[in-house]
Amino acid sequence: MTGGNTGMRPVLIFALIGTVFMFGAPYVLQLFTIINLTTAIALAVLALSLALVWGFGGILCFGQVAFFGLGAYAYTMGAINFGGSTWAILVAILVSSAFAAILGYFVFFGRVSDVYLGVITLTVTLIFFSLIRRTSGPEFKIGIAQIGGFNGVTSPPLNLPWDTSSFLFPEQVFYVAMAALILCYVFCGWLMNTHFGRVCVGIRENELRAELLGYDSRLYKLGIFTISAGIAAIGGVLFCNGVGRITPDVFNLYNAALTIIWVIVGGRGTLIGPIAATFGLFYLTSALGGQSTLNNNLVLGVILIFFVLLVPKGVAPTITDWVARRRRPRKASRRARRTMRRDEGSNA
Amino acid sequence: MKPARDKRPVIVETQNLAMHFGGVRAVDQVDFTLFDKELRCLIGPNGAGKSTFFKCLTGQLVPSAGKVIIRDGETTGFEPHEIASLGVGIKTQVPNVFDGLTVDENIWLSARRWHAAKRARAVVAETIERLQLGDIRREMVGRLAHGQRQWVELGMVVAAEPWLVLLDEPAAGMTHDETARTADLIKEINTQAALIVVEHDMQFIRMISKQVTVFHEGRVLMEDTMDAISKDKRAREVYLGNRA
Ligand SMILES: Nc1ncnc2c1ncn2[C@@H]1O[C@H](COP(=O)(O)OP(=O)(O)O)[C@@H](O)[C@H]1O
Ligand SMILES: [Mg+2]
Repeated sequence: MTGGNTGMRPVLIFALIGTVFMFGAPYVLQLFTIINLTTAIALAVLALSLALVWGFGGILCFGQVAFFGLGAYAYTMGAINFGGSTWAILVAILVSSAFAAILGYFVFFGRVSDVYLGVITLTVTLIFFSLIRRTSGPEFKIGIAQIGGFNGVTSPPLNLPWDTSSFLFPEQVFYVAMAALILCYVFCGWLMNTHFGRVCVGIRENELRAELLGYDSRLYKLGIFTISAGIAAIGGVLFCNGVGRITPDVFNLYNAALTIIWVIVGGRGTLIGPIAATFGLFYLTSALGGQSTLNNNLVLGVILIFFVLLVPKGVAPTITDWVARRRRPRKASRRARRTMRRDEGSNA
Repeated sequence: MKPARDKRPVIVETQNLAMHFGGVRAVDQVDFTLFDKELRCLIGPNGAGKSTFFKCLTGQLVPSAGKVIIRDGETTGFEPHEIASLGVGIKTQVPNVFDGLTVDENIWLSARRWHAAKRARAVVAETIERLQLGDIRREMVGRLAHGQRQWVELGMVVAAEPWLVLLDEPAAGMTHDETARTADLIKEINTQAALIVVEHDMQFIRMISKQVTVFHEGRVLMEDTMDAISKDKRAREVYLGNRA
């Protein structure tokens, strides 16, 4: 796995590529593709949030979609009640982070072991799934907004800040989504280069050692968990804007697993890897959706097994290693192979 | 009772300390005193309870009974990060390092805990120089040999500039040369800080020690200079007989 302190240069390079894409895409792509892309971008933000908390914080949160979905619901409820999106976005981020902070407090300060953290977050996700599915009746509402049960609710579109009459068109939503992804990415990249981020990586590597240096690991874990939930919520806001509605299906097991797959394929310990993997797998599944010879889930399963067995570090770290090996061809390759073997052991 | 031979302040004290695992009395009724700037070795056969005693001092274990006092305050039941935050440098028996990070980053994480960014970088440079880690500073610690990893861990301890240092078998698995260098380093640290060193290797203890505490079956058997201990009949029976 890669460490925190890698400098901002790669982050800024990818951010620049993203910016070029953001301004170029609407000129070359059709509106349909752009709308589709917005959804993929929202999912990429979700993948980024898990890349942060799992890849750098070492916390395997199996229910990252819970914070994503909570953000989407909070946004939708807020936007309906406020009659505009500006405050709703803030509410979405706050609700998700606050929920993560409370959940994380009990988990980390109760010294619940890492395995149980995965179980607890997944359980919370599935509880949301079944609770919200049961809110079909007209009596289930928040303010004036119906929760809508398994049919979900229509999400009001984004509007210009504090101008509730100027709704954004799909192309504009695409710009917003892309800008949000880039900003979240740069923020995470920056965070991992701060003292806080580097300590989080240290805790991932060896929690006892971090404690013996005088760092309270519980606080750092709580911090990165809460921040990642806030980022997932931003993804949720973008998602319900891209799709136009939000349903409890966002909390289902399939989506929870999919998020994990993006990060495994993209690689833990990098931020760009899981983002790229999300786009790749999103388009692969869209393409497969158009035919009926191959089952979608089967293909995803095969990809997951392929990566776990043959590219256990994920795409981005493997490429980085390969480049590093070409630069230092002599003794480095033997060393890299040795590390690879060790990593396989620890990932099993 | 504190012996009158030393006027220096007591900085570590345990009173009637005990750690029981089910029926096993790993540490039992240990009264221990360490004076400021003292260098103390803890010896004893395998399973004597040295590491368990050590873990009670560092907060890795909460003792079943008794008290730990560091400087002026009771620290029984403190978390490891709370003990470390008092300015205590700790090296465990099983090396605990950040395997996936570079030597530099390992030491930086220690220095930065105590210093602002700029000063921390200077402390890292000094530490790397002092421990002669310059050649491997950009290597991943997980790829280093055992002895080098031990040195990285010692580097982390040193970089925090602690006033009290607790080392559990710092020379374990080191080559002869590395052991001698470790002994020198310990003496050097001792000019600034008090130390408790758990050790196995008699050669090594002869190199560094003044006062030695012998553990046996969870209790303190005796406490004296190494010379006196090697002449003592009981100590030879439990420990030295088959070794030195
Ligand atoms: N976590 C534990 N659970 C049960 N028994 C333990 C534990 N840790 C140590 N012991 C036992 O306590 C005794 C002292 O062990 P230890 O402190 O590691 O000895 P030393 O470091 O002197 O070799 C041994 O009998 C050991 O088996
Ligand atoms: Mg031991």
